[in-house]
Amino acid sequence: MKAEQYKEVKDQIAGWPVKIISYKAGSTYYVSIHNQEPGAWICKKEGTTLEAAETEARAQAAEMLGRTRRIPA
Amino acid sequence: MENMQTQTASKSGVLVSTDWVAEHLSDPKVRMVEVDVDTKAYSEGHLPGALGWDWGKQLCDTLRRDIIPKSQFEKLMAESGIGNDTTVVLYGDNNNWFAAWAFWQLKIYGHADVRLMDGGRKKWLAESRDLTQEAPRPKPAAYRAKEPDFSIRSFLPQVQEASSKRTADLVDVRSPQEFTGEILAPPGLPETCQRGGHVPGAKSIPWARACNEDGTFKSPEDLKALYGAAGITGTKPVIAYCRIGERSSHTWFALKYLLGFKDVRNYDGSWTEWGNLVAAPVEKP
Repeated sequence: MKAEQYKEVKDQIAGWPVKIISYKAGSTYYVSIHNQEPGAWICKKEGTTLEAAETEARAQAAEMLGRTRRIPA
Repeated sequence: MENMQTQTASKSGVLVSTDWVAEHLSDPKVRMVEVDVDTKAYSEGHLPGALGWDWGKQLCDTLRRDIIPKSQFEKLMAESGIGNDTTVVLYGDNNNWFAAWAFWQLKIYGHADVRLMDGGRKKWLAESRDLTQEAPRPKPAAYRAKEPDFSIRSFLPQVQEASSKRTADLVDVRSPQEFTGEILAPPGLPETCQRGGHVPGAKSIPWARACNEDGTFKSPEDLKALYGAAGITGTKPVIAYCRIGERSSHTWFALKYLLGFKDVRNYDGSWTEWGNLVAAPVEKP
């Protein structure tokens, strides 16, 4: 088995810059979402299609990122 | 750039390329171990023959909030089929965050030959190299750890002294927004501190500045320029910190092994300790 279709895409979710990393291993697609700063892993979903895995991952990331507070200076 | 990375790897000996690892997958003297932030990643597929260590369960004493004690470390190594003379190659996700943290812990307990796979899991996947979901069952080995070497670890009193007396250079490797106190945790992660800001006197050099886009470390020349621009030259002891000590392990590795600074310590208490202290000074630019 080898990882296939490895891809990193930059985007914004819930107002935060993120990196969406996806690949396929065997018959499963894995999609993880990371914040761009500092590059921490937020969540990961898997699915039989890239779209299904990415949709779920985006939804969970949006929920988690939506909880992040900006502290006034 | 690839040539530069190879030179870096061969010069320090502790940073090995994915090519080197691929050539040593069946080498009985070498044991690959994956240590990830995402502890489920190993089961998705890992390097053939590699073991997986769960940092939260196997490398932490969660009751004391500490690294594992010597006896537990010896047991982990023995059960992993790692002898004192085994070459251990660590790799993981997030550009080797927790692999670097495991590296640091192996060095605390005096393991002689530990290396990091440059670029970590990300580079291995991106290069479409072999993966397996089969976990190896190593034959247990005999292992005796050394007494812990805390010359590479900082505890709170040392950081307080470094901050108040400037006895060491403090490097905050978190994101600029964590450094300024705009956020209390990386976006999307739970807040684990009461206050935002940084240790007074610390310089902000986010860990990722030490990396190339493919996850590999930058050349020693680039690293020297990066840290030197902030006045981190190795002429004074250096203490790196982040939130829980894993990102700062990555920087600790770069400073100690790629730049060869003599006195570099990882403050694993990091901001989850300092940012929760009562009456501790906090700087907010």
